[in-house]
Amino acid sequence: MQSNRLPIGGRVDRSRRLRFRFNGTVIHGFAGDTVASALLANGVSLVGRSFKYHRPRGILCHGSEEPNALLQVDRGPGRVDPNNRATITEVTEGLTVASQNHWPSLEHDIGAINDWLSPIFTAGFYYKTFMWPRALWDKVYEPLIRAAAGLGVAPKEADADRYAQRYAHCDVLIVGAGPAGLAAALAASTSGQRVILADEQAEFGGTLLHDTGSMIQGMQAAGWLVGTVAALADCRNVRLLPRTTAFGYYNHNHVALLERVTDHLADPASGLPRERLWQVRAKQVVLATGAHERPLAFADNDRPGIMLAESIRAFINRYAVVPGHRIVFATSGASAYRAAADARAAGVEVVVVDVRPVAACGPELALLRAEGVEVLTGHTVLGSTGRKRVRGLIVAPVDADGRIGIRRKLTCDAVGLSGGWTPAVHLFSQSRGKLTFDTAIDAYRPGRSVQAERSAGAANGSYELTTCLAEGWEAGLRATGRDGARSFRVSPATPTGFVAVRVLPGEGNGRAFIDFQNDVTAKDIRLAVREGFESVEHIKRYTTTGMATDQGKTSNMTALGLLSETLSRPVAQVGTTTFRPPYTPVSFGALTGAARGALFEPVRKAPLHDWAAARGAVFEPVDRWLRARYFPRPGEDMRAAVSRECRAVRSSVGILDASTLGKIEVVGPDAAEFLNRLYINGWTKLAPGRCRYGVMPKEDGYIFDDGVVARLAAERFHVTTTTGGAARVLDHMEEYLQTEWPNLKVFLTSTTEQWAVIALQGPKARQVITPLVDGIDMSAAVFPHMAVRTGRICGVPTRLFRVSFTGELGYEINLPASQAALVWDAVYAGGEPYGIEPYGTEAMHVLRAERGFIIVGQETDGTVAPDDVGLSGMIADAKPDFVGKRSLARPDLMAAGRKQLVGLLTEVPGVVLDEGAQVVENPGQPALGHVTSAYWSDACGRSIALALVAGGRARHGQVLHVTTQAGFTAVRVTEPVFFDAGAERVHG
Amino acid sequence: MLLIPCPHCGPRSELEFHCGGEAHIARPTNPAATGDQRWAEYLFYRSNTKGVHAERWLHVHGCGRWFNVRRDTISDRFVTADQIRSAEEGS
Amino acid sequence: MRHFSLMSLLSEAVNAHRGWDRQWRSPEPKPSYDAVIIGAGGHGLATAYYMAKQHGMRNIAVLEKGWLGGGNTGRNTTIIRSNYLYDESAALYGHAMKLWQDLSQELNYNVMYSRRGVLILAHNTHDVQSARRHVYANRLNGIDNEWLTPEQTKAFCPPLNISRDARYPVLGAALQRCGGVARHDAVAWGYARGADAMGVDIIQNCEVLGIQRGPDGAVAAVDTSRGRIATRRIGVSAAGSTSVVMALAGLRMPLESFPLQALVSEPVKPVFPCVLMSNAVHAYISQSDKGELVIGAGTDQYVSYSQQGGLQVTAHTLDAICELFPQFSRMRMMRNWAGIVDVTPDRSPIIGTTPVSGLFVNCGWGTGGFKATPGAGHLFAWTVAKGEPHPINAPFTLDRFRTGRLIDEAAAAAVAH
Repeated sequence: MQSNRLPIGGRVDRSRRLRFRFNGTVIHGFAGDTVASALLANGVSLVGRSFKYHRPRGILCHGSEEPNALLQVDRGPGRVDPNNRATITEVTEGLTVASQNHWPSLEHDIGAINDWLSPIFTAGFYYKTFMWPRALWDKVYEPLIRAAAGLGVAPKEADADRYAQRYAHCDVLIVGAGPAGLAAALAASTSGQRVILADEQAEFGGTLLHDTGSMIQGMQAAGWLVGTVAALADCRNVRLLPRTTAFGYYNHNHVALLERVTDHLADPASGLPRERLWQVRAKQVVLATGAHERPLAFADNDRPGIMLAESIRAFINRYAVVPGHRIVFATSGASAYRAAADARAAGVEVVVVDVRPVAACGPELALLRAEGVEVLTGHTVLGSTGRKRVRGLIVAPVDADGRIGIRRKLTCDAVGLSGGWTPAVHLFSQSRGKLTFDTAIDAYRPGRSVQAERSAGAANGSYELTTCLAEGWEAGLRATGRDGARSFRVSPATPTGFVAVRVLPGEGNGRAFIDFQNDVTAKDIRLAVREGFESVEHIKRYTTTGMATDQGKTSNMTALGLLSETLSRPVAQVGTTTFRPPYTPVSFGALTGAARGALFEPVRKAPLHDWAAARGAVFEPVDRWLRARYFPRPGEDMRAAVSRECRAVRSSVGILDASTLGKIEVVGPDAAEFLNRLYINGWTKLAPGRCRYGVMPKEDGYIFDDGVVARLAAERFHVTTTTGGAARVLDHMEEYLQTEWPNLKVFLTSTTEQWAVIALQGPKARQVITPLVDGIDMSAAVFPHMAVRTGRICGVPTRLFRVSFTGELGYEINLPASQAALVWDAVYAGGEPYGIEPYGTEAMHVLRAERGFIIVGQETDGTVAPDDVGLSGMIADAKPDFVGKRSLARPDLMAAGRKQLVGLLTEVPGVVLDEGAQVVENPGQPALGHVTSAYWSDACGRSIALALVAGGRARHGQVLHVTTQAGFTAVRVTEPVFFDAGAERVHG
Repeated sequence: MLLIPCPHCGPRSELEFHCGGEAHIARPTNPAATGDQRWAEYLFYRSNTKGVHAERWLHVHGCGRWFNVRRDTISDRFVTADQIRSAEEGS
Repeated sequence: MRHFSLMSLLSEAVNAHRGWDRQWRSPEPKPSYDAVIIGAGGHGLATAYYMAKQHGMRNIAVLEKGWLGGGNTGRNTTIIRSNYLYDESAALYGHAMKLWQDLSQELNYNVMYSRRGVLILAHNTHDVQSARRHVYANRLNGIDNEWLTPEQTKAFCPPLNISRDARYPVLGAALQRCGGVARHDAVAWGYARGADAMGVDIIQNCEVLGIQRGPDGAVAAVDTSRGRIATRRIGVSAAGSTSVVMALAGLRMPLESFPLQALVSEPVKPVFPCVLMSNAVHAYISQSDKGELVIGAGTDQYVSYSQQGGLQVTAHTLDAICELFPQFSRMRMMRNWAGIVDVTPDRSPIIGTTPVSGLFVNCGWGTGGFKATPGAGHLFAWTVAKGEPHPINAPFTLDRFRTGRLIDEAAAAAVAH
């Protein structure tokens, strides 16, 4: 067990043994292990299959850039998810992980047949085939392509975890707590300003976590790290966020970070969120995001056991795991020598193969040779052997002209690759900073900043430890508005420098993988160029390089370099693809946070909601409100319940919670003038104590909203809007008031929530309400239809409207929402002797349709002008202007044949039309319009419908046809009034 | 998410605002005498500037006031923020 | 042009794929062309293709500021459907839908048009009315669309949560079975290859800097970053940059350009069989052939040419997705990006003539231009070639904003009362 674990060393906690399952097998590790380090400790090298060719793959990296080792992780029911990188998944006791993208098993995968077919499956092959026979595409080819795609399996159960979100402001946000970030934080902390330091790893330190050789300020790196983190933790102005990835850099220094809170805990405290999304608005940002090592490209460079050189170093030093016992390091640069030396020190047999000729090597060569390590300079790698694990590397000398010498096989069980380094400029690029290509480091590095940020250390292309620390310190000072430099004593010097090699000489007919996960080879990129794809974006899209879950962190620079080489064009002219958020994948849950279920869009409930719920009401969502639709009695369906409710209103009395109506108090000396300019109606002559139905168009002339407006006093109006229109009508009013007519003396106040509204409708309404009212003369002569009075009801102040949306005598009792239940109960009790019924929105719709009253949003759809629904008579001709008036005079609004509101009566009275059904003259002819409302009318003893029909008012009496699910049904066009055509009942 | 300079409240998150589109689109003083094409231009035609663009915002979840700003639509950077002056102040 | 087929693929497989031609040339601009199309997106390339193929115009150029297919063509969520409400729209999108059916064969380029069906959910009474109005109107117009109950909807899209307790319960859906998705890049590349083969010059990295007009007021030339090109016909097909290009000819447009974001998840095995849209909760989703969930929603609220939007817009889209599919909460967003969409006041496009003689425009597709690519190209080719609109795009004039004869698809889906 743990055959590859070193007896001592590393940062794992050997006192805490942990067990987890990988593909059913129990694996032992220690606290501090990642799944990757524990698998390697146990000698497991095969952990996955690649996307296209199903090639056996192992662990390439030790960080978040891992393209290969993606696992399905199971933390229990509702906690299963795919594509987790083994290299950042911390081991917890009892964790279950499994490899992906294979059948029937990881070891024996039928999909590997694709690897044999790879000569066909080149870049973009699917664009060239599967076109004949055409019929097979839908049924055979596409389903096959789809079935083959994907990596892991999507979760099947609802997420059992919750997620938190937090907004924060700070003076300095430092991303990355490696040497540069730590130095920046130290410098910034002394300013007293608010500093946030975030790092994606479990521990702060970055490369220092596996740097056992460096001394900083006379201390071992690990010791310096402990002291530094402790010092920062003591600063009250510094917030430390480990396990927190800054993944998105947005406008105006808005940076989004994802903190992983519980995934590393076997038994998290209940109530903890799984992840926390931080949205930080920083005055200054320091990007110390480090750099990514590049693999080398040669034939079969993807076998399990082939890793990045620095990652081997990290596994050995940080996790005390040796990935192999005989390791070949293949490199084109100096940093791998450090890894080789550390491997050697750990007792591993080591050979170094360096593409560089001796002359191009630095002091690292002599140092390593002095330790007795065999170093083959001027050698290329021709390929690898082994299948599910690398067994050897074929190498050969190569001269300056690319001539390959005698090949030789180096037996090994692990390979460390180093093709140089690429600064992690993702966030810098997202901030819209301008990248510049630096040939000295063969990479893009941060150029001109656009937002208030600066880069330091390896993210800035500076790889020497002493430079990283100094740059970090300076960045921290500058971010806090100070100047200054500090040098850090570091020994030994960091070995840096590399020769950029795109594909190692001697590639031959083999496949050199560039993008490991998506199986993009050097040949694919060359093929794409041959086919005319020259833009880097075209190459990316045609070959899919850089489009896998790692988004090309280890591969993009190699792909760019190869493209540049193939096109014989400098890299700087080839350009780079745009870096898009997120830096690493982010769960939907974290972005969603608490906005789930009832909080997705919080439900608004009217003051009498609970009463309705207790009465068994069926609710419907209307805008963000839930409104009672009808109140079924046992055994009743909707139609029966609605008919009963309608009958009560028509014959006696019904009661409705109309509180969701929007209300706006319009006050001031110019209030009437203001309304004159916004409604088609005139308001100047409306007497205090009276109400009027108003229609509000937008500037385009189409109906925008409607509602009753009451004039309470000369300078005070109580405006009502539709339920959904409350906010937008207020915005509309404010816009005109503030931007067009700022000289009008008017104040607007939303009062929707303040006033509850109880609609009491029916011939008995007056009898029911009168005993409850104080201070209002309720007699018909004094308190007529379309009047408003203030007084008290049940002792509660009220604005009592005598208005009707049913065609019956009725009142709308406005009262403080807090008293709504009290008054509702009293009114309801008062109505019981008359057989009062609560009614819902459905009965309300039927009742108003019987009288031909429109509903904005149902009879109108944003293309309907007042005249279209027969309301042009309300236009106050005396007014020279109102918002929308000019638009009503546009040619199309004056044209004949516009759709107009009509009534439709089915020839078969029992047939209720479908709302949305189309109206035609005769079947087979084009549509004249559509049915806007259709109901069974208890009062009419038949179905009724409203419709918008081209030239409808001239068609009264005509027989037309309306679509049904089965075909068509005949209808007769009528006036859009079906009941009480003389409108007498409201005056009762 | 933009950080919007409300002239009344200071910089605030975009979440608190509604964008009101291009600024300085004057409503014709005599709509009835305005021709159809001119009216259409008032209603619908916009400069849609690539570069510095004058636009209106409503601080709907804040002070409730409309104001004008100039913003570079390439970089999204705000250039200035002005209160909308009332007619008496002579705009 | 080398014919693409399984046979050619196999013969190249044994030839190490050395025999494939360039799919398009990289020509230097000529001093003059019979017509110039500005913008090598799907629409512009399709326009050039049909001008060459159907109108015999071979001496034409497509000028592209960046790389072909790099604008909204390569940034959209690839949804194809034609179930629009108004007769004019139904004819327009229906025309495109017809062309999609055989597009791979027409271009000899597999654009991977996948007829997997598009569901538009209804969550409240108003949605139901609107959806049924669409279904009935579409059926009269011969457009495939049908109404599904919640249970039928679930059967068609098994991952969907149809619980009555959901914040916005699913009351049913309109289904267009012939709707689906296609590989967006392949559409641009296929048209580019086809047009190039007929002699069309596709000139990338060539920004238009000016439009010159002759003494008669008609267009005479375009000034570009690669020199002046004389032409008497210009077709502008520049999506988000339309206002900028038209301003070169002194024209203001009824357009605003907004960032429109989309995102993909990490790839997973097939889990989502169709395309699903919800207007009430503002989101749409499908799964790519690669296995990624492809998700999009509404635009940011302000004009921007930055191809970057705010995180809150994406986050709200995912709120909606997780509400409909609670099991996707643990899926991860892999890449998030934005395009620049040019939006008209009535959310319908403008395809036709302009006040400048010889200058034609195809714009205003807002969030929905990809689905129209073959149809828009076909009709715009007619318009530019003949100097007047085809009957199908005749209603989509610039003049409708004067007359008020708008084709308001957005208003027709008006929010609930």
